[in-house]
Amino acid sequence: MSYSAPRGKENITPHPYGTNTQMYKLMGFPFTMFCKGCGYGSIAQAICRVFKEENLQEELFPFIINIGCYSSMPTVLPGKILMTLHGRGIAVATGVKMANPKLKPISIHGDGDLLSIGTNHFIHGARRNVDMIVILLNNNIYGMTGGQHAPTTPMGSKTSTTPYRYGEKPIDSVELAKVSGATYIARWNTSTMREFMKSFKKALHHKGFSFIEIVSQCPTQFGNKNALPKALDGFNFIKNNSVRINKAKDMSSEELKGKYIIGEHLDIDRPTLWDRKSEIIEKLKEK
Amino acid sequence: MNEDEILKRSVLTGTHLLEGNVAMAEGCIAAGCRFFAGYPITPQSEVPEHMAKRLPEVGGVFMQMEDEIASISAVVGATITGKKAMSSTSGPGFALMQETLSWANLIEMPIVVANVQRVGPGSGVVSLPTHGDVTQIKRGGNGEYEVIAIAPNSCQELFDLSIEAFNLAEKWRVPTFILSDAWLGHMREKVVIPEPEEIKKRIVPRPEYIPKENETEGRPQIYTIANKDFTEFNIPAFPPLGSKNFPYWWITLTHSQISGMITETPSVADNTNMTINYKISKNEAKISIVKRYELDDAEIAIITYGTPSRSALEAMKACRKEGIKVGILRLVTVWPIAETAIREVAEKVKQIVVPEMNLGQIAEQIERFAFHTDGQRIPVHRVSHTAILHTPKEIIDKIREIIQ
Repeated sequence: MSYSAPRGKENITPHPYGTNTQMYKLMGFPFTMFCKGCGYGSIAQAICRVFKEENLQEELFPFIINIGCYSSMPTVLPGKILMTLHGRGIAVATGVKMANPKLKPISIHGDGDLLSIGTNHFIHGARRNVDMIVILLNNNIYGMTGGQHAPTTPMGSKTSTTPYRYGEKPIDSVELAKVSGATYIARWNTSTMREFMKSFKKALHHKGFSFIEIVSQCPTQFGNKNALPKALDGFNFIKNNSVRINKAKDMSSEELKGKYIIGEHLDIDRPTLWDRKSEIIEKLKEK
Repeated sequence: MNEDEILKRSVLTGTHLLEGNVAMAEGCIAAGCRFFAGYPITPQSEVPEHMAKRLPEVGGVFMQMEDEIASISAVVGATITGKKAMSSTSGPGFALMQETLSWANLIEMPIVVANVQRVGPGSGVVSLPTHGDVTQIKRGGNGEYEVIAIAPNSCQELFDLSIEAFNLAEKWRVPTFILSDAWLGHMREKVVIPEPEEIKKRIVPRPEYIPKENETEGRPQIYTIANKDFTEFNIPAFPPLGSKNFPYWWITLTHSQISGMITETPSVADNTNMTINYKISKNEAKISIVKRYELDDAEIAIITYGTPSRSALEAMKACRKEGIKVGILRLVTVWPIAETAIREVAEKVKQIVVPEMNLGQIAEQIERFAFHTDGQRIPVHRVSHTAILHTPKEIIDKIREIIQ
């Protein structure tokens, strides 16, 4: 990894929201490490925009970054960033929240990270209703390690570890979040970035465990192996396979097979973990 | 509640009859621990039970997490946010924690973990004591790192040394371990807890981070910097998460100790590993705590730690009555290995006896230093058990055997 600006691009004018990012502040130039056509760049930009529009006090909304393709995202994220181990973000965020209840950790996960190795922490974080935001960047594959089968890979896809296209049933993270007890749930894709921004703003003001999934194309790993080699192929594949939640209500389960139901799935209020803990602490103070 | 009141609540002054696990929990609360995350596992379940009751009283938070992996992750999260935090577990749970402990060592987090050991391997025997995890404590995780481990031998020490464990963790910025075992944890003994003012004098508080004048924003000095020969170490305080000085990007990867940023340069990665290891191992003489009993004229030295040191004391008294010149070197801190003290003892004595509740994990270390100044090797005799506490008689028999 190099920290010098690409040759000939030293004087490049940064994107209006680029000035908010870590790398710009540290190095004076914007810098990303994403593959060509990856959807994660636009997600990072959306997050930067929300931070700027909402004028957030950066240190109160720390990002918890785990291990995955998006691990290099901090270069294009605003705010303070704590990187943790593969899949442990929600457990770390629980400790952070309990140690300083003023903070609202934003944990960013990939699909392998949240739905494979860290599923346990995801379920229990949602059950406890820790006041935090979980963003799942779902690219349907293990990108960084070379395109292996992920728990979200659609049935019958070709990956490095499924050369014969055998299929395991993919996990539905929204349904998992619902039954686990998350209080704000939404799912978007890379073609609905404005809705994602609205959802993210809502989650910032929501008290409780907010979960937002965003389905992204991966031309390099998923696309190349599954005849979607260009960014737009993957983008359109996801777009055409997405159904709005109000339309999905009238569709049969047969029609919904393999579709992403996008929209706001849940928005309820429930006492958070800190509400309960502080209640006990306050009660014992009187004694 | 003001600070004085919290301090008063956190120290239960008086003379108590306490179970080992409870004494340890009380020691940790007195030391300023305000966050505990754990998972039930015999024989340490009394620790989370007691913490759940006591921590909210002093404004702390108790969390029963979904597993040990989550427990230790939450402890690191709370520590990085500025709280003194700890976890406790037993052998199988400790094995699960290794991944995060390795990370905690890399980023020099002052956390405390108590390991109330039970017989292994596998699920083992839940109610029998062992010291089988002694090597696992520093060689269990990926990569190489040095830790501090304290081995108390009574309930009073479980209280006192828990405070010391937190102090050492803060002072050296390193994960510190309390090595208890199933019998010590379940034993009940008299514990004298002093006045809050006296405890306050003993506690080393978390140092506050003061930004340097020429500091780049978002790039504070968060890691230890060593000089070229790794003899001097500058151990800085770190800004907590949620403060303005927290770095823009605190990573889990191997970093440069100076800039804190990712590195793939071999020499920089090498320097990072050397620094975190030598910070502890080269300062062994400053860190390690040892107790010496009648070593001045001893011909045979018993080197021991933890619960077996109680049997060793009885054995020493009996041997002295018989006229055998026996002394004891008790390693209160097992890691870093007390090289200086062991060499000093080895120079004077003719033979060394090491009673251990494992098959010689520390004896192996002692053998490295068991030489006279002229280079002559001194025999190191092991009295090993893996699930039984030594009787004094066993140690006496061994001593009688070796002097013949």
